[in-house]
Amino acid sequence: MSAVADNPNTLLGGADLTEATTEARPYLSIEGLWKAFGDFIALKDISLDIQEGEFVCFLGPSGCGKTTLLRAIAGLDLQTKGTTTQAGKDISSLPPSSRDFGIVFQSYALFPNLTIKKNIAFGLENTGRSKSEVEARVSELLELVGLTDQGSKYPAQLSGGQQQRIALARAIATSPGLLLLDEPLSALDARVRVRLRHEIKELQRKLGVTTVMVTHDQEEALSMADRIVVMNHGVIEQVGYPTEVYRDPATLFVADFIGEMNQIPAISGLSGQVQIGAADMICRPHDFGEGTSVVAAIRPEDVIPHGDGIRTTGADDVIITPENAFEVTVDEMEFLGSFWRCCLGSERFSNSELIADFSINAVRRLELAENKKLTIELPKDRLMVFAPGVG
Amino acid sequence: MAEISSTLPDGPTIKGRLSQDDIIMRFGMVMIAVYLVATMVLPMWTMLSKSFSTYHFDLAGYELQVSDDDGAFDGTILTPAALNTELGVVEPDDLTAGSDSRMGLTQFFPDFSFRSPVMYRVRNTSDTGRFLVGSELKTGTDWLELDSNTFRRVQMRPVKSTGLGNFVNYFSTPALFNSIKNSLFIAVISTVITVSLAFWFAYGLNRSCMRYKGFFRLVAMAPILVPSLLPGIALVYLFGNQGMLKELLFGASIYGPIGIVIGSVFFTFPHAFIIISTALAISDARLYEAAVSLRSTPWRTFWTVTIPGARYGLISAAFVVFNLVITDFGLPKVIGGQFNVLAVDIYKQVIGQQNFEMGAVVSVVLVVPAILAFAIDRMVQSKQVALLSARSVPYQPAPNRKTDNIFLVYSIAVATFILGILVICQYAALIKFWPYDLSFSLRNYEFDRMDGGGWGSYFNSIQLAFLTAIIGTCVIFFGAYLVEKSNGFKTGRALFQMFAMLPMAIPGMVLGLAYIFFFNNPDNPLNFVYGTMAILVICTVTHFYTVSHLTAVTALKQMDREFESVAASLKQPTLKLFRRVTVPVCMPAILDISIYLFVNAMTTVSAVVFLYSPTTTLASIAVLNMDDAGDIAPAAAMGMMIFYTNAGARIIHLILTRKLLGRTQAWRAR
Ligand SMILES: Nc1ncnc2c1ncn2[C@@H]1O[C@H](COP(=O)(O)OP(=O)(O)OP(=O)(O)O)[C@@H](O)[C@H]1O
Ligand SMILES: [Mg+2]
Repeated sequence: MSAVADNPNTLLGGADLTEATTEARPYLSIEGLWKAFGDFIALKDISLDIQEGEFVCFLGPSGCGKTTLLRAIAGLDLQTKGTTTQAGKDISSLPPSSRDFGIVFQSYALFPNLTIKKNIAFGLENTGRSKSEVEARVSELLELVGLTDQGSKYPAQLSGGQQQRIALARAIATSPGLLLLDEPLSALDARVRVRLRHEIKELQRKLGVTTVMVTHDQEEALSMADRIVVMNHGVIEQVGYPTEVYRDPATLFVADFIGEMNQIPAISGLSGQVQIGAADMICRPHDFGEGTSVVAAIRPEDVIPHGDGIRTTGADDVIITPENAFEVTVDEMEFLGSFWRCCLGSERFSNSELIADFSINAVRRLELAENKKLTIELPKDRLMVFAPGVG
Repeated sequence: MAEISSTLPDGPTIKGRLSQDDIIMRFGMVMIAVYLVATMVLPMWTMLSKSFSTYHFDLAGYELQVSDDDGAFDGTILTPAALNTELGVVEPDDLTAGSDSRMGLTQFFPDFSFRSPVMYRVRNTSDTGRFLVGSELKTGTDWLELDSNTFRRVQMRPVKSTGLGNFVNYFSTPALFNSIKNSLFIAVISTVITVSLAFWFAYGLNRSCMRYKGFFRLVAMAPILVPSLLPGIALVYLFGNQGMLKELLFGASIYGPIGIVIGSVFFTFPHAFIIISTALAISDARLYEAAVSLRSTPWRTFWTVTIPGARYGLISAAFVVFNLVITDFGLPKVIGGQFNVLAVDIYKQVIGQQNFEMGAVVSVVLVVPAILAFAIDRMVQSKQVALLSARSVPYQPAPNRKTDNIFLVYSIAVATFILGILVICQYAALIKFWPYDLSFSLRNYEFDRMDGGGWGSYFNSIQLAFLTAIIGTCVIFFGAYLVEKSNGFKTGRALFQMFAMLPMAIPGMVLGLAYIFFFNNPDNPLNFVYGTMAILVICTVTHFYTVSHLTAVTALKQMDREFESVAASLKQPTLKLFRRVTVPVCMPAILDISIYLFVNAMTTVSAVVFLYSPTTTLASIAVLNMDDAGDIAPAAAMGMMIFYTNAGARIIHLILTRKLLGRTQAWRAR
């Protein structure tokens, strides 16, 4: 996952930051928030702190309540219970017009009969600014989003990506303290989307505006967010830095939703031990009691190939099998450009296949081919154990 | 992750504070809801309660004493009831009364003479009793002493009770309830004929490659521009006692069901045509391609693809036509002869016999089928919408000389019928005296010499049309905006939507009668509008509220839901958004609403026939009244004036729409 490598937050750095942020007073704070639509509960006991200047993504499958949470923050659809505090002020029951935020919707909601300039100027009018000040600000914003020469066109005359940037310019025109983005890129085609990811991130960094973005695209979240809030069925599953939610998913849902994950039914042993099929394996520490049904999980790229399974160590030529290593057969191989995806079968995994991603180098070195046998290792610090999921 | 219970915890629910905008929007909505309650719900309620009010003379409710010739009373107390059992002057049936009835007391004294020196004492036996001395109302149980000459002017007033008496009376009078059968009969026949004619006409225009489609479309819409009674006048000229084509009827009379049905087909044709045409236009071409590739015969394709595709349109058109015919008043009034229908019965009861209660009963009877037809139509239309959103490739007809020609001939026939009616009216208006003096003259346009209010009526109508269009469009569009775009206040909005749908189900005659009951009540603070132009405007706006409201809602639904949210986040008032964005973007719909209101205000007869006053006579009513007075040619002339005015208004509307689209909607063009 290249997005992970790009991200400046290493695991260590992340830990440091966590310490620092818990001390600072959060800019936006949500506490015990519930939202019900009639009998249906869309948000359950959501609590979340967002620091000033942070870029936070709400990530989750469709219908998990991301938009609902965003609209509650904006005051567009008030929460049923719970408080929201922005810049130290309780805003729980304020109407949107009394709050301090700018918002970009998936549809952009640009006013079709107003020119781009007038769209951007809409929020600047009646704010005590003179006409020339408004004009200057509009030009500044047009330049900021790189559309200086489009000001007198109408929204329908712009491309989707351009419209998106105008919507962004309009939202930040009044310099709000909080910027809310609801799937701002989902209506665009893939190429434009990737380019705009960087532009939005860049703009946010330049302005330093606290930003909440809703998305169901994990790549978008991983590459843009300072922190990711992973949601499912109206609850927060995990809040963390992109590297954190990727490497240390808190739940099976997070592990499954972000990136690829092998899931193998298993029985837990003592902490740090798990029994998969007939084999005892060493894994990350866990606190399931002995004999509990669990799911052992490992990412495909974490599986290490060991050729014929024999490793020679030192001069005495002793053959040692590494921990968590066993022999498998390559059932299927698929070339995916930068790596090979292999389906591995083994008696120990009587039913489930194991997916592993091997580098092109490794495949060449080990001369892997379908139906060939090889020994693989599941590194103990990469083998995780979760409670079985509900769904 | 810790398990989270999935029930809401206790503790206070967040109550949102209202923004200034919310307050303004709610206030606006309440205002318009109050308007609808005052102009529709309350009048209808009053009318309904009227239909259950019965009046009768209570002969036991009064006590009398009669003196000797010297004016001395001996204390004997008489009651009219006792006197009547003795004398039998009043039959029990004659005791049922209307709200305005009165009955003299002298008839119970066969030897009464207003010159005699005998004195009389009268009193009510209960506090609710009432009688009149001259025009002075007396209540209370104190004795009142009167001389003979004054006693002559004593009249009993009926007491009111609530019950089904009026309905019992209605259903035991064949002359009255036969109208139900008559109304249903002509409504069903007209519906079948109109829908069939309109279907093939729409089919030809949508599915063939015949020529002059634009012309035929235009002609099909023409009947909307005239009052429904105009075809009646043309039919009189064509098939009346001195009609040009009288022989074609082989002795049957045009005055009656035949005339009503022909005229109804004329004035309902455009309504059916629009609905069916829309249904045919949205059908999916891929179904036809499939049919062709399956080698289905055209006949089979027609029954398995075309008809099912258009069925909602057909059903909807049928109910709309049914509703229009059964509630129409003008046409059966002009050409119905002795053939009684419900809408005319209301008029006869109220205007002819001053029997308001019976008018209310007939109204209730008429509302039942009208509401049923309306409800079914709404249900069908909601299904049609679903069909529309799932539409795909539009059908492109391929030229076929034979069928194209058949449809051309058919369309010419229909167009001849429609234009023929109009031409006859215009011809009748321009000749001196049918059938004796066929020279041209403009004498029939000297309306001031006839009954009906003269040219003043025409200008009143124009004034009414403008006021209705302007005020109605503002109220209706703003009301639709409020329900569509404000947040929260769910029950209020649902209620408002219901109110907005009601007027369509209420026949004009019923609305007009309800207005008499409601506004003509001296105790009503709104009584001052009675007899003014204002009540005509209010009534017309209410009468045509629903279609306009639906047009507005449809346009508003196409606006992005989030505009209001964006405006709020930018701290801009919603009304600014309304002015700067909503109104300009919806301008085509707003213009459509205003022309719809204008045209209907020009042609409406049914609701306003009860409400006009000598200073606010209207052109459409003048047509009716001149026809009633036998001035048929001037009636035709006035009818055609309405036609030309509406046609002109339509053309201006078209030009205006084009211009506005060009100027304010440059953004639509890419
Ligand atoms: N107005 C409403 N009335 C009833 N239920 C609603 C309403 N709005 C949302 N929901 C329900 O609440 C849940 C969360 O909806 P929400 O729009 O927040 O999902 P989401 O995470 O934004 O999904 P998506 O990625 O599809 O936009 C859904 O199950 C939805 O059906
Ligand atoms: Mg959403």
